Amino acid sequence: MEKVKKEVLVLEDILGSNKKIAGAIRKKLLESGILAVNLLSSPGSGKTTLLEKLSLKLKDRYQLGVIEGDIETERDAERIRSLGLPAWQITTHGACHLEAKMLARIFDWIPADLDFLFIENVGNLVCPASFDLGESLRFVLLSVPEGDDKPKKYPEAFITSQVFVITKCDLLPYLPFDTDRVTAEALEINPKLEVFRTSALTGEGIEAICTFLEKKLQELRAKNA
Amino acid sequence: MHELSIVADLFTIIEEKAQQAKATRVTRVKVLIGELSGVVPELFRSAFHSYKKGTIADKARLEMKITKIKFKCHSCGKEIKAKDISSPDFSYACPFCGSKDVELVSGRDLYLEKLEIETS
Repeated sequence: MEKVKKEVLVLEDILGSNKKIAGAIRKKLLESGILAVNLLSSPGSGKTTLLEKLSLKLKDRYQLGVIEGDIETERDAERIRSLGLPAWQITTHGACHLEAKMLARIFDWIPADLDFLFIENVGNLVCPASFDLGESLRFVLLSVPEGDDKPKKYPEAFITSQVFVITKCDLLPYLPFDTDRVTAEALEINPKLEVFRTSALTGEGIEAICTFLEKKLQELRAKNA
Repeated sequence: MHELSIVADLFTIIEEKAQQAKATRVTRVKVLIGELSGVVPELFRSAFHSYKKGTIADKARLEMKITKIKFKCHSCGKEIKAKDISSPDFSYACPFCGSKDVELVSGRDLYLEKLEIETS
């Protein structure tokens, strides 16, 4: 029989299956009244350390859970567990980002009575930005040693986030990092960003982020009521 | 390098659509890649050609169309076709009224636009 060539119009979102799974996760989290935060940054910007500091402030008043994404090892989950908190490690074995389906696989283990679920993405300022995980808030972190020229170099991470956290601000006296410049550049890319200056060492900004998270949790629950 | 994960999702759609259309082979795949999608076209291409082996799109050509960034200005309401992001004139502000209150309306999208298939 003769071969027939024809064109098929598809127009389908290639990331549609990730978005669909993320949407289902988001729905379950919102119904349970859980505020989920996805943390994005380069390796070594201080995501785990920020989580430790936030957890210490929040853990007496709230139920917390942490999902740790790394290429290999259980190290970050162990750090969180040593604070007496539940943590689930996803090791991607090479993948440079978390995807919604990886979360879906462990989702049944997440207790429905949590208040906050923190998801620490694989350390990478590029790839994780493309994948919705069903979070309510996305944080992008940038540490002072990384340099103040990063937002425009890595725009997708800043465009898709709601919160920008500058970490390791205790190093500002020693490094040529201009917080006003980096803040202005980040806001140019995304005018809706909330910006926090933090130092895990001195505690600067940690309380302010906790207050912000508590407000966001109340707003989420007010919508459910 | 997350292009391979994206290509894997692309092939799930290709195989599903090819089956629905009773295709014996997929000969051409056209995708739309947003300039701000985080996808590097060259890496996407090499991931595509590695992944296609042994699939129904084994011999398929890949066409990529890069879709430009568009903003909407919340101050004057105009829709803005942004300059190429790598050009020195690229700006996250409205060229008409200067406002920085602009929102990205396209440029992050990744779409499978169409397939060319063979049926017998």
